[in-house]
Amino acid sequence: MTRDQARGAVASSDGGAAAPPPLLRTEGLSVHFGGLAALNGVSISVRPGEIRGIIGPNGAGKSTFFNCLTGVLRPSSGHIFLDGEDITGLSPHTISRKAIARSYQITNILPGASVLENVRIAAQSRHHNWSMLRHHRSFVDVLDRAEAALADVGLAGKEDELAANLSHGEQRNLEIAIALATEPKLLCLDEPTAGMSVTETHATVDLVRRIARNLTVLIVEHDMEVVMGLAGTITVLHYGEVLAEGTPAEIQANPRVQEVYLKA
Amino acid sequence: MIPWDQIVIQTLNGLVNGMVLAIVASGLTLIFGIMDIVNFAHGDLLMLGAFVGAAALGATGSFWIALLAAAIAIALLGVFLQVTALRPLIGRDPLTTILATFGISLVLQKYALWQWGPSVRRISEPVPGHFTLFHLQYPWYRVATALMAGAIIGGLWLFLKYGKYGIWIRATTQDRVMAQAMGIPVPLVHTAVFAIGSAMAAASGVLFGPFTGVTQTMGFDFTLRAFIVVVVGGMGNLGGSILAAIFVSLLEAYAAIVVSPAQAVIVAFVVLVLTMLFRPTGLFVPTPK
Amino acid sequence: MLVLDDVHANYDKAHVLHGVSIEVRAGEVVGLLGRNGVGKTTTLKAIMGLVRRTGGRVTFEGRDLAGVSPHALARLGIAWVPEERRIFRLLTVLENLRTGVERPGTMPARREELLDKAYRYFPILRERRHQAGGTLSGGEQQMLAIARAMMLEPKIILLDEPTEGLMPRMVGQIREIVHALHRDGVAILLVEQNVPLTLEAADRVYIMEKGVVRHQAPATDLRADQAVIHQYLGV
Repeated sequence: MTRDQARGAVASSDGGAAAPPPLLRTEGLSVHFGGLAALNGVSISVRPGEIRGIIGPNGAGKSTFFNCLTGVLRPSSGHIFLDGEDITGLSPHTISRKAIARSYQITNILPGASVLENVRIAAQSRHHNWSMLRHHRSFVDVLDRAEAALADVGLAGKEDELAANLSHGEQRNLEIAIALATEPKLLCLDEPTAGMSVTETHATVDLVRRIARNLTVLIVEHDMEVVMGLAGTITVLHYGEVLAEGTPAEIQANPRVQEVYLKA
Repeated sequence: MIPWDQIVIQTLNGLVNGMVLAIVASGLTLIFGIMDIVNFAHGDLLMLGAFVGAAALGATGSFWIALLAAAIAIALLGVFLQVTALRPLIGRDPLTTILATFGISLVLQKYALWQWGPSVRRISEPVPGHFTLFHLQYPWYRVATALMAGAIIGGLWLFLKYGKYGIWIRATTQDRVMAQAMGIPVPLVHTAVFAIGSAMAAASGVLFGPFTGVTQTMGFDFTLRAFIVVVVGGMGNLGGSILAAIFVSLLEAYAAIVVSPAQAVIVAFVVLVLTMLFRPTGLFVPTPK
Repeated sequence: MLVLDDVHANYDKAHVLHGVSIEVRAGEVVGLLGRNGVGKTTTLKAIMGLVRRTGGRVTFEGRDLAGVSPHALARLGIAWVPEERRIFRLLTVLENLRTGVERPGTMPARREELLDKAYRYFPILRERRHQAGGTLSGGEQQMLAIARAMMLEPKIILLDEPTEGLMPRMVGQIREIVHALHRDGVAILLVEQNVPLTLEAADRVYIMEKGVVRHQAPATDLRADQAVIHQYLGV
């Protein structure tokens, strides 16, 4: 059992008395596209320091959920609270300042810039927004943050490489570094191991475990080994609704979840 | 005092010019719609068509043979250009194809200068005579041009709508990958469309020849207006280009009542800017639901 | 008839297929199961030459497909029904069918026969034959996509998740269609996430995970013992 799974087990047996207030809470989150409900009354509560897995068959609403959290999509109804603050409907850059960061399924890096530049841009977005006249090299703290993020994902030493020249796995890690450099409270990982080989997948799992010590992580994945191994609690979405929630063991033992996956 | 007579005359002029422009714009938008090529050489294909037509007219004395010869010759040129210069660039940065067609444009202009010299060529009207319109003698030829242009565009429309190859072209325009999966030889379709676009440009060059005479630079005005019209009509939208061509030409013609023709061109740009501001997908494109 | 031998393929820069080996014999229905993202659709695209093959070989009736352009595959007898259906939205139903029916070498009489066959299998298409493809419902579009592939008189149809996004009662219709095609002697490589349908319709099944084939068995074996299915497709 991972440390986070143990933490999850303890918290749920605690009766909630000593449980910290949730870092992320959604209330009745719904998104309607015409007559279609992509999300329907999703209410989730994520504690600080958790690794929360979000799974569900195709079309369950996982990406839509992430899009709402990061301000890319405006929900039709419901609320999102980050650290008690209502962030529903805020624009993506405001939410980024509120410390939610996301990695994307399709790599979003700047291919023409160096590895360090990619991360530095993210690092300096959090502060120093209006100082246009100071030379960028004078922001030592920004550089430090950028280099720390690169070290976290194992890309230290590749700072001056052109991002386009990295291997696919390294590019996915760069994405995570970019997200980390914004010093988020909540990191949303969207299928981080998609297209990876078994070796690359294991490396990514180790990476996530490492960085999750100081963060809260939401991870959407199709790879069951990854999710079951990393997450303390798992939320299962189906047709836009929460189908089940629990520890990996509970989810694996849930016949409704099995049914949905095998017939989906 | 509303100058009714001038309005009627300018309506006629606008329609005639619009129809010729519509042929040019149709070819341009077909080419863009199917292979994402912005063909800066389109007006120069028109210009070469006019020169070939003038030469053929001189050799045979028949306007109709000249029209056919120009269309076929420039269609073949189009095939050659597409296969050698443009097909290898598929899939690359769009800027490369723009530069390529721009380069082709320069080459074609200089070739025409070298081949035929700087003097203006004449193409005499196939349909002589005028009819009296108010105080003017209005040439029958202009009316005939509009009718022929209409026939060409109508022919194109029917070909696309009902012909088997028309279906191939429309399918490839909508989904190139799926068209290939259905066995449609997409590279051949691309070449054919470029040939058709070139032939249409050449035909409009010959049709327009009697209006102003044939010079190396006659293509540029057409290219410019055709691009404006294609954008205003909605890129890749054939019906839109045709309507936009007539619309813009009419506006220009009416503007020429109050200002000089050289200044009336500004109307086209004004329409372009307004379209980009308020309906950037095209004036005549139905709003997506 | 169709053999994939240790095929590697890239999707953009991602190395998605890490050595896929699959075989489909003439007239067989072969199922390809696996969770989302394991590379099932990429496998079909690798056969069609729509993604870059970086290793291994694809052969069809003994002929290596390397360097064969995608539009030549239809003539060889390979038809593709993609996941998103990809019908030509601005063409009518009839025109969609005609893109397949009007191949060089088919006589007009045969073409009429094929169209009639499409309408017999899918009566709704006859009704809607002059309607634009984009106005059809999801289920109708799926039928049109399959009918369109049939017009190529293929030896094998690559069928990518035909039941995705369809209402449950349409799943039965898809099953009927797969059976009918099977009776006609057409081989099918069926990519699906719907396990019961696949086990029922297929002769043999491959299960993929992370870009490779992890298991293969006759469908009868898997119907009897579903433990493997649970392992690779369940939670």
